[in-house]
Amino acid sequence: MDFFLIHLLNALLYASVLFLIAGGLSLIYGVMRIVNLAHGNLYAFGAFVTAWLVGLLAAAPVGLQYLLIPAGALAAAALGAVLEPTLLRPFYKRAEEYQLLVTFGLLMILEDVLRLLWGPYPLTANVLADVMGSVSILGATYPNYNLLVIAVGGAAAAFLWAFIYRSRFGVVLRATSQNMRMASALGVDVNRVYVQAFTLGCLMAGLGGAIIVPSQSAVLGMGVDALVLSFIVVVIGGLGSLEGALAGALIVGVVREMGIALFPEIELAVLYLMATAVLLIRPAGLFGRA
Amino acid sequence: MSAPAAALEARSPARVLFWAVPVAIVLLVLPLVIDQYQTILLSYGLIMGIAALGFNLLLGYTGLLSFGHSAYFGVGAYMVALMVKYLGVASMELFLVGAIIGSVVVTALFGFVCVRYTRIFFGILTLALSQVLWSLAFKFFWVTGGTDGLRVPTPILLGVVTGKGGKIYFLSHAYYYYVLVIFFVCVALMWVIVNSPFGKALQAIRDNETRAEFVGIQVWHYRWVAFMVSGVFTGLAGALWVPLNGLTTPEVLHWTFSGEIVFMTVLGGFRSFAGPIVGAVVFNYLKTYAVGFTVYWQLLLGVVLVILVLSLPTGIVGTAGRLLARARRNQPT
Repeated sequence: MDFFLIHLLNALLYASVLFLIAGGLSLIYGVMRIVNLAHGNLYAFGAFVTAWLVGLLAAAPVGLQYLLIPAGALAAAALGAVLEPTLLRPFYKRAEEYQLLVTFGLLMILEDVLRLLWGPYPLTANVLADVMGSVSILGATYPNYNLLVIAVGGAAAAFLWAFIYRSRFGVVLRATSQNMRMASALGVDVNRVYVQAFTLGCLMAGLGGAIIVPSQSAVLGMGVDALVLSFIVVVIGGLGSLEGALAGALIVGVVREMGIALFPEIELAVLYLMATAVLLIRPAGLFGRA
Repeated sequence: MSAPAAALEARSPARVLFWAVPVAIVLLVLPLVIDQYQTILLSYGLIMGIAALGFNLLLGYTGLLSFGHSAYFGVGAYMVALMVKYLGVASMELFLVGAIIGSVVVTALFGFVCVRYTRIFFGILTLALSQVLWSLAFKFFWVTGGTDGLRVPTPILLGVVTGKGGKIYFLSHAYYYYVLVIFFVCVALMWVIVNSPFGKALQAIRDNETRAEFVGIQVWHYRWVAFMVSGVFTGLAGALWVPLNGLTTPEVLHWTFSGEIVFMTVLGGFRSFAGPIVGAVVFNYLKTYAVGFTVYWQLLLGVVLVILVLSLPTGIVGTAGRLLARARRNQPT
């Protein structure tokens, strides 16, 4: 029983972080029709900023250090707010191929910017996870911090849902996503919506990185790995759909956790094949609109 | 993809030879002039040229952007490595045959799945499938050597030429010319393919899928065959690359390597026949010197890519062609 519970919690932990990354990717695609190959690097950026600040302010009270998690997310959002108008805006009118290429270039650049800023060695922020101790559930010990991550993932999903379906900004966002020209004709400032959507997507990715870094660590290459996994998530759930990203993240989280325990050799291959199978049977994904 | 198709149109044989013959002569003579290291570097460039040439049959001629060509390059490379490990083969010709068979099988399977989609989904699907192979090569380390990869000794060319006179000498002389001959064959073959009725049909599909279907072209079938041809060229390049590198690692299967193939093709210009070849050779020098010059070579290449896509979307060959045409116009007759 405890064996099962630990795996379930791990799956949820994994799904929470994946949802934050893939949800951002999906949101950006849904509104702007751009697949940002550098999205994983924004997740890595959030992780690095938080870990770096935690190391810098090691003397500060631990309670205060928890504020560094949103700081990492905000840093990623700020980076996104700069990148969209400068690099991506010139490409909306051009073929998709060029958009993919420019974000691939961005991926290469950001990968090395992280190396340039923080060197080749991993950064850690374990202190934030360690001070919270662990809890005993049904005879199994589990770190409290991981439960916090799961809670944040769930809260982020609820918040986003409310934001997109219950707020004025959400209406504008959805209108732009459904018909950019019509929204523009009705007086929506599309450029502003694009910056906001991109920034929000980056904020989510950065939060994913910042929240997971205390229980793992920030390493180079984490962005590229995360990107491919969030591709799987959005392909399964449906590119551009937030519900899809949530469902996809849960599916990938559970399969990955099962895979690590039961079939470690082909765990990744199974995930990629799952994405392929979904794309073949339901090209728009489980929740996507065709 | 409603781009100026004129750039891809067949030119008169005289004009083709006007460019091709001097380049071929230079490539034949060059190893006598430059040192061994430079010759080997050029071999790498030519091999990547074959890979990019194959890749561009899909991007430039069929209008499909694959982000998974590392898979076929890797299949070629791992076919050779596995033939060495399990069958004890040393003949380069057998390696090439093995790589072709391997990449035909894999591309037939992957292509069958992928060509149902176009645009972004095609890209993601090819990427996902290439990552399947990467993860298998990565995890089944008792077969593939995992991240350590598999070593490949110098092969025997044509059953007689061996690397006994020193590996570097072998690679910069016999092997260079071996690669060069295959390079010539591949270029000629691709030239015939893109100018054949089959190639014209692909371009029709690229420019207007619906119309192509209406004139009786079975679109998915043509795309599938193009996918296979494209993958086999890239697989062949992978097989030629392994003896030169001496080692194959899962890196050549990873999707970022696919990104490099896309990069070099765009660098040269995917709207022209020679673009990918030029792009591959230039990219190879660019990467080699960038890596030697700074640990932040990715940053450097990334900036080059962004600038390229922003300001020179037709690549080196396209831009050079435009400048040449302008110079000619300005000349008094």
